[in-house]
Formats: sequence, structure tokens, C-alpha cells
Amino acid sequence: MSTHPLEIRSLNVAYHRKMVLWDADLCIRPGRSTAIVGPNGAGKSTLLKAALGLIPAASGEVLFYGEPLKKVRSRVAYVPQRESVDWDFPVSARDVVAMGLYKKIGWCLPVRARHKRMADEALADVGLADFAGRQISQLSGGQQQRVFLARALAQKAELHLMDEPFASVDAATEQAILTLLRRLKDQGGTVVCVHHDLDTVAEYFDDVVLLNMRVVAQGPASEVLTPDNLRKTYGARLTLLDEAVVDLSRPGAPRES
Amino acid sequence: MMESFWRVLLLQDHNTRVVMAGACLFGAAAGLAGTFLLLRKRSLLGDTLGHATLPGITLAFLLAETFGISPRSFLWLALGATISGVAGMGAVLLIRKTSRLKDDAALAIVLSVFFGAGIAMLSAIQQLPGGQAAGLERLIYGNPASMTSSDAWFVLLASLLVAGVCGFLFKEFTLLCFDESYALTAGWPVRPLDALLMGLVVLVTIVGLQTVGILLVVALLVIPPAAARFWSDDLRAMALVAAGAGGLSSLVGVVASALLPGLPTGALIVLSAALFFGVSLLVGKKRGLIIRHLLEREAARRLRREHVLRAIFECAEDMQPVVTLEQVLAKRPWKKNELRSEISQLTDDGLLTTEPSGASFQLNGRGDSEARRLVRNHRLWEIYLLNHADVAPARVDRDADLIEHVLDQRLVDELEDLLDEKARERLVPGNPEKKLP
Repeated sequence: MSTHPLEIRSLNVAYHRKMVLWDADLCIRPGRSTAIVGPNGAGKSTLLKAALGLIPAASGEVLFYGEPLKKVRSRVAYVPQRESVDWDFPVSARDVVAMGLYKKIGWCLPVRARHKRMADEALADVGLADFAGRQISQLSGGQQQRVFLARALAQKAELHLMDEPFASVDAATEQAILTLLRRLKDQGGTVVCVHHDLDTVAEYFDDVVLLNMRVVAQGPASEVLTPDNLRKTYGARLTLLDEAVVDLSRPGAPRES
Repeated sequence: MMESFWRVLLLQDHNTRVVMAGACLFGAAAGLAGTFLLLRKRSLLGDTLGHATLPGITLAFLLAETFGISPRSFLWLALGATISGVAGMGAVLLIRKTSRLKDDAALAIVLSVFFGAGIAMLSAIQQLPGGQAAGLERLIYGNPASMTSSDAWFVLLASLLVAGVCGFLFKEFTLLCFDESYALTAGWPVRPLDALLMGLVVLVTIVGLQTVGILLVVALLVIPPAAARFWSDDLRAMALVAAGAGGLSSLVGVVASALLPGLPTGALIVLSAALFFGVSLLVGKKRGLIIRHLLEREAARRLRREHVLRAIFECAEDMQPVVTLEQVLAKRPWKKNELRSEISQLTDDGLLTTEPSGASFQLNGRGDSEARRLVRNHRLWEIYLLNHADVAPARVDRDADLIEHVLDQRLVDELEDLLDEKARERLVPGNPEKKLP
């Protein structure tokens, strides 16, 4: 039995017969922060969504803490992309954060004062203590992102899966997220982020997964971010094709991991 | 006329009481369920659903005729309506799943095909010897006056059921409508919840057949919640307002149609809901046109005032403290009249000391400190934009009273230093709050 927070074995995902992920193998190490990096359309968000069962996978196995997600849901928190919801929705920042507590509150029971206090604490942790009562459309983009983080925090999970938390946020939010990542790790938690910015990867994250439809390389940032690996991930498509041809001609060739 | 008016208002008829209570409850239930339908962005599905009930109703009628059951029984027709309404929704889902058509196309196809089939069967019924379609027409255009007390009991129970489910599952439905994928990952049964919500909408539609009819039932699902959105940014309040608006519109519609016999009740109910929508659009407390216009005008006025104060301050900074109208005019492309009126306003507010002729003026103590604050804020924002071009555009908020309200103190200190440095190099005017060494 594996104790890895997240382990993915030969995950294949297709949209309308077009393959998006090819045999993705992935192993997230506990107590560390991992960035999933790759060019646009490389399937970074798809990987997270398929792992969480939000989109169907054609084949493959996904284990959280050695178990299927169903059994360990409360240990896993998901932070979707900010653009995935309508921020004009008539709720306050506190209401959104309280959604992270709904499972704890249980069916049909209302959100009580102590849940609101818990939501406010989570908001304070991301530096939004003064914005709890504000309608969510009146928050800046970075503040909205932090509300999503606070919702995941309120859930008190061990593994956090975040889809592009750093996308177009301001400096204050970037700092708030970084502080949060450090704190989650200090508490023994694990963080996985889809990340778009190559410049900051090594600085922000311990581990890196380079992804372009398949996993090109994974491991500690310093070992993975080599010019060769980056060329394989971002570089001319020709390189990839050449390799595919080589792979096909040698069916027994060992996979790169 | 007066007599009938009082008869209606004082609920002297048993029948009027039943109809009013039934219509009112239905309106409230529709407003409540419609709130979630609207927030789930499924309003058009409600419309398709309403139209898709017609073939089921006509088929139920035909079957009843054939087998000799009383074809007018509302519950029997409602059963047919439910089955074909659900089949219509299933068809929408099927088209969406198996083709790459977008939702609007799938909805339009199902709506027109189902309604077309219903109309075809309806005209067949009308040509049957002895077959009376009158019982069906009341379901198409709505006629609550035909409600019997057993129908009213059905409406009452159904409305209470809808209200109860919406109340008990309020937070679950909220999560479903706001962020479905998060709900899924948190382990909520999203699909059953969605099916339940749609089931409530079906129930409301069936109940509404008798009140507003197939064609207009969507109006009571959508208009009251849409109107309620103008009044509140809080979902709980919005749902209550929507329920109230739905109930009230139904009540007003029923009373109006009792007073104006000959006009269809369903249409009058929808029109009174539309009236409520129009009023909300204008005077709604949160998003009404008037409040938004006032806020925008206030913002524009504040901006102009700040521009004038800054311009006067900068003129005084460059030259002598007494500033003329022409100097300020040269600063910005503004209209002379506008500037004049703003300056007399500032004088009245005790920020400027103006010559009797109005041609020249000077910032007094209060005006000077206000202008300094504005200029400092503005220059710091400018420096911020210059030096943090990557993130600044999302962050700059000139409306904020002080830059410190938006950016943290460390960053502001850094910007102040930068401003000093640039001022020493004479690239930009300095921070008016500080004396340069």
C-alpha cells in the first residue's frame, strides 16, 4: 500500500477522440509542494480534473493515499480555476468559504455562528479578514483567488490540488499564496499546483512535473528543470515526433520517467 | 362594478378564496424554485419544459377518451404532462450528450418539436366528434378560475413540498448552483441534487399549468427571481423576495382578472410580474438603474473635484500660490463652465479662497492638505504603475481614499522612496507630504 498523497498510473484522457493525456504516470511526494508545468494545451488542468473524477478518463488508475478518491475525500481539497465560476453570484466571501465546511455541517443543517467564525478565520489566514461580508463580485481578481484558497483551508485537508492559483494575481495575493503554501507544508500537508510561469517555478516549488500530453519528467525542481527537459516540453514539436518514431521502432524501449 | 370589486377583495366567494390561495402559493413556490433555476442558468430549460408538457396532456386526454375515464381530471392530465415534460428534458440531455450542438440549439429543437406534436394532437382532438378541447385550452392559456378545491389542495401540497425542499436543501442547492465541480470533489451527490432541483421545477411547471398555462409558466419561474436580484446581493434575501414577488404577482393577476372578466388570468399574472420587474429594474436597492446612475454620477463628480484640486495644487507648486483660471484651464482639456462651477463649489466648501471676480484663487489650509493627500496618492499610484507594470493594472484603485488601503505598507514605503529618488533626479514632481533634503 502506497502512502503517496497522489499516485497516477497510465492515465489516458481524450476529448472527442482527441487524446489529451497519454499514459501519464505521476507520483506526488508527501509534505512537499509540486508544480505541474507545461505549455498551453498540454493537459495540466485536465490532469487534475481527471484525477479528481471531474472528467472521465479513458483508462488508468488514480490513488489518493493508496485509496480511491471516494474513500478519502475529506483529506483532499480542490481549488478550481477562478474563471470556473460566476462571481456575480449573490453570496459574500464568508458564504463561499463556508462551503468548505458544508460536508462537516452535514445534510440539511444550516450554517451556524461557529461555522461562520471558522470561515472568518480561514479568510484571515489569507489576509481577507476585512472582506468577509463583501459580495464576491466586489472583490479584485486576486482577492477572489484568495477566497477560493480560504475555502480549501476551511476544509482542513491534507492534500491541496490547485488549478493555476498564481494566474494573473497581484503581488499581495502572490505573497499570501506563498505564505500559505509554506504553512500548509509546515503542518505536514502536500500541495500540487498547476503553474504557468517557468520563471518562478524553481523558487516557489520543491518538485516539478513537466507535462506536455505525457509526463516528460518529474522530480526535484533542480533536477527536472534542465534545458534538455524543457526543450522536450516546450520546444519544437519535431523533437517530440522524432522520439515517438524512435519509440515505435523499438517497442521494448524503456519509458522515461 | 364596485360591488364585484368588494366581493373579490373581501374574499366573499368560496371559489375566489380557493383560487387566490392556490395562485398565491404557486407564485411563491415558483419564485423560490426559480431562484435556483436562474442561478443555475437554466431559465430556458424551464421554457422548454413548459412547452414539452403539451403532447403528454393531449395524449392523456386521448387515452382517457378511449378508455372512458373522465378526461377532464386535472391529476390525470398532470400525469401525462409530467411524463412528457421529463421526456423533453431527457431529450435535451440526450442531444447535448450525443451531438456537439450547443444548449440553445438543443433547447430550441426540443421545445418546437414537442410543442408541434402537441398542437397536432390538439387539433386532432378538436375534430373528434363530440370531443371537447375546452378542458385542454385552459391548460394552455391558464385559467385558475376553473380550479376545484381538490385542485387547490394539490397546489397547496405541491407548493409546500417545493418550499420545504428548497428550505432544507438551501445550502446544498447554493453550492450546486455556484460551483458544481467543487461540490463534486467535496463528495456531494451532484447529479441526484441536480435531478431533484429539476424535479422541483417540473412540479412547479405542472402546478402552474392551471394557473398561468403552458406558454407562460416559465415567466413565473424566471421573472420574480430576476426582479429580486435587483434588491439584494444575498441569496437568502433574494429567494425570499422572489417568493414574495411571485405570490404577489399571482394575487394581483387573479384580482385583476376577476375585475376585468374576458382577460386571461395567466396573462394578467405575467404582466403584474413584469410590472414588478420593471419597478425593480428602476428602483432596486442594489442594482437598480437609478441607484447605479446616482453612484456613477457621484463617482464622476468626485473625480472631477479631485482633478481640479490636483491641478490647482500643481499650478501652485510650479508657480506662485495664487492661481488663475487660465493656468488651471491649460492643465487639462476641460470645459470652462464646468471648471468655473467646480471652483465656486470648492470655495463654498471652504477649500479655496477666491478673488471676488473669480479669476484667481488659492488653496487655503484645509484645501491644501486635502490636495496634498490627493496628489501624493496619485503620484504613488503612478510610480507603482511604472515600476510594477506586470501586476499593477489589476491592482490600481484610484478610488481608494489612501493607497495604503489597497497596497501593504512595505510596498508603499518602497514607492515613497522611489518617488523621492525620481524627484531628486527631477524626473517627476516630488511627494508633497515630504520636504526634500
